Amino acid sequence: MKIAVTSEGSTLEAAVDPRFGRCKYFIVVDTDTGAFEAVDNVQNLNAAQGAGIQSAETVVNQGAEAVLTGHCGPKAFRTLSTGEVKIYVGVEGTVREAVEAFKAGKLQASENADVEGHW
Amino acid sequence: MKIAIASGKGGTGKTTVATCLAQVLAETGLRVRYLDCDVEEPNGHLFLHPEIYESKPVTVPVPEVDREKCVGCGLCAKICQYAAIACVKKKVVTFPELCHGCGGCARVCPAGAIREVGRGIGVAETGRSCKIDFAQGCLRVGEAMSPSLIRQVRDIPTGAELDIIDAPPGTSCPAITAIRGADFVLLVTEPTPFGLNDLALALDMVRELDIPRAVVVNRHEDENLSARKFCSERHVQIAAEIPDDRRVAEAYSQGLLPVIALPEYRPYFLDLWANVNKLATGTPGKEPA
Repeated sequence: MKIAVTSEGSTLEAAVDPRFGRCKYFIVVDTDTGAFEAVDNVQNLNAAQGAGIQSAETVVNQGAEAVLTGHCGPKAFRTLSTGEVKIYVGVEGTVREAVEAFKAGKLQASENADVEGHW
Repeated sequence: MKIAIASGKGGTGKTTVATCLAQVLAETGLRVRYLDCDVEEPNGHLFLHPEIYESKPVTVPVPEVDREKCVGCGLCAKICQYAAIACVKKKVVTFPELCHGCGGCARVCPAGAIREVGRGIGVAETGRSCKIDFAQGCLRVGEAMSPSLIRQVRDIPTGAELDIIDAPPGTSCPAITAIRGADFVLLVTEPTPFGLNDLALALDMVRELDIPRAVVVNRHEDENLSARKFCSERHVQIAAEIPDDRRVAEAYSQGLLPVIALPEYRPYFLDLWANVNKLATGTPGKEPA
């Protein structure tokens, strides 16, 4: 399956970006093959409003079934849920560590947004 | 004629100038209307004590999606510049609080699945304070779409000869919406570095809108001539200098207009009006009796 990790850089060694809507990159990883692609999120990083919603659309359009990030606000959460994407918050470390933790079943999907909008 | 009272910095005295000007001009027999377009924090009513005759709910049109008809094409999400609609996995999600009510989504929908419904954002009120016609907008707490409400307050029909628009502070959409269409803008400032810095921003905004303008220096002190220097460098006229006077603040704290509590302040505002007329038309205006 494909999962998206919010990242501060374009490699697996980059740190997980704690922000969802305004993260620098999404690293989209195929957990079966280990192949990954860095998707630049600069457009939403600088968006006046709706960054979380549009980032959620990006994640869904990338075909990801789960997203690993630090925090996720209510609008992004609603959009991701509608797009049938599971959300994992509180994820730290490098992208590679996050993916390993996910594969090992150490992460637990969130039921709700963990922060207010515009936190 | 429409005059807008604006400022860059908040708390410089927009409402004091707007309400005092309305009061002294109404006393001369001019039919004046005061419009509080600072809809996030309207406070002119605290000094004019109007009787409100009518309170109308103000709505913005937001999309309502008929899931049965929706084909999931995503054109609505694509045209929305405010991310108020998302389309994921052929399902549409709407965020009415982000919607500016442009109607683009309903227009591009090929399935006729989007209908616009009104979402209440506040009220537009009209009334009267003695000789002054009164109007104000009150935005619901938590709302961000103040320009729609400001526009509706600004455009309430009137029989008044003069509209005095009390604009919100700043230089973004709410301030621009309040000022747009005015014949003259008075920028109220205080002679402090903060006041003058924001006055520079506000001047740029009014220049961009190409509206004749002048500055009112509030809390003016003789020994502090920074505002005069600033205005001369920027080639903008000072239409009035209102002294720094503790008694004005005392009247304010009791909800009293300075021109009523301290009648010696009336000439400041009569002179201000004369100056506005001179600057607006290039000729001496109708002198108040």
